[in-house]
Amino acid sequence: MLPLAAGLVALLVACPLVFLGLQAGQSGWATAARLLRRPLIGTLLWHTVSLTVMVTAATLVLGFGAAYLVERADIPARRAWTVALAMPLAVPEFVHGYCWVSLFPSVQGYWGAVLVMTSSLYPLVFLPVAATLRRSDAAAEEVARSLGHGRWATLWRVTLPQTRPALAGGALLVSLYLLGEYGAFAMLRFTTFATAIYTEYETAFDTESASVLTLVLVALALLVVCLDARAARRGRVVREGGTARPCAPQPLGRWKALATAALASVTAVTLGVPVYALVYWTARGNSSTLPSTSILSATAATLGYALAAATLATAAAVPVALYAWRRATRLARAVERAVFLTRALPGIAVALAVVFFAIRYAPAAYQQPPMLVVGYAVLFFPLALTAVRASLAQVPHGVEDAARSLGVRPLAVLARVTLPLILPGLGAAFAMVALTASTELTATLLLRPTGTETLATQFWAYTTDLSWGAAAPYAAVMTALSIPAVVLLTRRTLGTPRTPKGVR
Amino acid sequence: MSVVPRSVRRIMAVLASAAASSLVLTACGSGSTASGSGGGSLKGQSITLYSGQHQQTVATLVKDFQSRTGIEVNVRSGDEAELANQILQEGPASPADVFFAENPPALTTLEEKGLLAKVGSSTLAAVPSGDSSAKGDWVGVSAREAVLAYNNGKLSAAQAPASVKDLASAAWKGKLGIAPSETDFAPIVTRMIKSDGEAATKSWLAGLKANGKVYDSNEDLVAAINRGEVEGGLIDHYYWYRLRDEQGASGIHSALAYFKPGDPGSLVDVSGAGILAKSKHQAAAQAFLTYLTSKPAQTIIATSHSYEYPLAAGVQNTKVSRPLKDAGAVVPASDLGDGKQALQLLQSVGLLS
Repeated sequence: MLPLAAGLVALLVACPLVFLGLQAGQSGWATAARLLRRPLIGTLLWHTVSLTVMVTAATLVLGFGAAYLVERADIPARRAWTVALAMPLAVPEFVHGYCWVSLFPSVQGYWGAVLVMTSSLYPLVFLPVAATLRRSDAAAEEVARSLGHGRWATLWRVTLPQTRPALAGGALLVSLYLLGEYGAFAMLRFTTFATAIYTEYETAFDTESASVLTLVLVALALLVVCLDARAARRGRVVREGGTARPCAPQPLGRWKALATAALASVTAVTLGVPVYALVYWTARGNSSTLPSTSILSATAATLGYALAAATLATAAAVPVALYAWRRATRLARAVERAVFLTRALPGIAVALAVVFFAIRYAPAAYQQPPMLVVGYAVLFFPLALTAVRASLAQVPHGVEDAARSLGVRPLAVLARVTLPLILPGLGAAFAMVALTASTELTATLLLRPTGTETLATQFWAYTTDLSWGAAAPYAAVMTALSIPAVVLLTRRTLGTPRTPKGVR
Repeated sequence: MSVVPRSVRRIMAVLASAAASSLVLTACGSGSTASGSGGGSLKGQSITLYSGQHQQTVATLVKDFQSRTGIEVNVRSGDEAELANQILQEGPASPADVFFAENPPALTTLEEKGLLAKVGSSTLAAVPSGDSSAKGDWVGVSAREAVLAYNNGKLSAAQAPASVKDLASAAWKGKLGIAPSETDFAPIVTRMIKSDGEAATKSWLAGLKANGKVYDSNEDLVAAINRGEVEGGLIDHYYWYRLRDEQGASGIHSALAYFKPGDPGSLVDVSGAGILAKSKHQAAAQAFLTYLTSKPAQTIIATSHSYEYPLAAGVQNTKVSRPLKDAGAVVPASDLGDGKQALQLLQSVGLLS
């Protein structure tokens, strides 16, 4: 039952890869060689790799640093800081790009891209690291200190290794995302390998050539996924049984003001700029068309599709994660990793794959609402899987066996034991997919039912018409809608706040 | 493109266009009345329009068409390139009846793959013949002109170059902005290849690359010119007018200059529409194209916020400072082809990836 369900989901999620293979297969080796030998290809590949490495490193430093401060230091209002630091997730990447470019036209090129991508993606590292730090047992760090380790040595040799799987998971999502991203970079006038792929699609209308180039991205993604598997394996943290005792925050002394100022400046840059830009353009643009009826229907459509997609993706992630968790076989792990590859594909490739298969094998559903929901689920499945996988990793392995040995049937074990244990993970998966799907543009334009408008498609329609004032309210509503999801995500990932004994 | 072999698709396309042309004969009659007095038997039918054109203008056109003919139009608005890719992947089962593109290459690509039906001859006759496909597979609806937008704090009208070729000279180093990935850019390159040959065009492009800052879109480029990030750049005229609407007259620090008639840069680019060969509503689709080229529709285009030029005789865009006829003779759209040669040249000099 379970292998079958996991296999079906993996097959569905791998559809875009099959599509790419079919298309690329139609172009010969000669075409592939011609494409890959073009003068800009090497440069673009270098742009993609150097940007991915730099932004991933920056998000790791920023994400870990922020998580350490809110979980281990005695800075004031740690709860509020946690929510504020996670909040950039509520601002879609292209809105981040649009805000920076419209306010600071000089934010461009490589460093512009590093700045904008780091400030929009670091929460993907911050949240899982903060969750790990909150749940980890105080004993390890206390023992290190009692043995004469200073604060830095404890941080480096005990705290950091504990967060290794969380860091690896966050880095995986960040780097896969960067490989295939196009829209935000286009706004920042930075060209990456995805630019070459979009040129083939949008200027040459050549799906075959585009697919050949996309396979290069898939190869890069494969490399990233394998690196992640190695990093996560080396840092496996297993703590079976017993309740973790939360760590007491370390007094920072005279560094406290500096640390608080650092968090404040991170928030000002990552959150302040988008909020300011949206308010500025809503107030200033001449084409402002507030309030219109279409904003209401676009909001309803956006919400409906995002929630449906989140439900489907989360439900689909459960069998795959469970299968890989129960049987730590090579095949199970390979399936689990393969599904991450789609995360690196440009949105247009995934969307065209869904078009290709749906119109041939499910014509009745073509351009009907379920098609867009399935499209979102395929696109954002890796996000759901990451969250479910992370929470399964904390469930002791014997739990299901114990329940079954007491005579409970397998499905009942799932419903009464396993699922309740991973509920926080399911909540995080749901929130993450809902958040991302509500701001998706490329696939939405291709897969939505004819006539349906979402907030993202309306935002796009106005910005392509240079009507920034009219576009701004849509971006603002999109951001506002995402706030509850981020709060939910913060809660789900971190659990309820725990105050260690002795510290109030 | 699809799993169906090319030869089979070609045969199917021939059959389809034969079937379509017999339908067109009947459609022409009802089509010509469509824009006038009710659509007769077509009333109550519905067609699906894939539109890469200006959303608000299309919405106005569709509403007017519906009230005149009773034919319902479901509009799927999107990026023209993505819509073209979608039609290519959908193949014969495409729900699209009409494709309204922003530029000829998207239509020409579908035409080359045999996916378009012939447009009725009376519809084609409503606009100058050079503005439609030479084979009659799509009809021109509106046009825009390539211009030089310049920052008037940095450049005077007298300093504006007479030829697009001047932009490759050393005088423009570091001052030029271009958006080569925009579909509007390739036609200029195609024309230059025709007039000056491939080698000269290549060195001209190399000059542009050395001089220019590359932008992702005309929208970004015109805003950059206006705020003085670059002194000037090649855009289509309407981007500047749309920017003026957004910024207000006081926020405009730029103006338009035109290249001399006959120059490769003095280019009028057409936006057209075609009917899918596999459409099951050929007559209604023909009626829609007939409407688009009719006087009422052309007047809507002439007065809309899209600032495009109408193509039908006797309709003028009075919101744009220069009449279309001043641009000189229009290069036939068929001369511009699918732009593949220009694209490869742009890629070989590294202006496109």
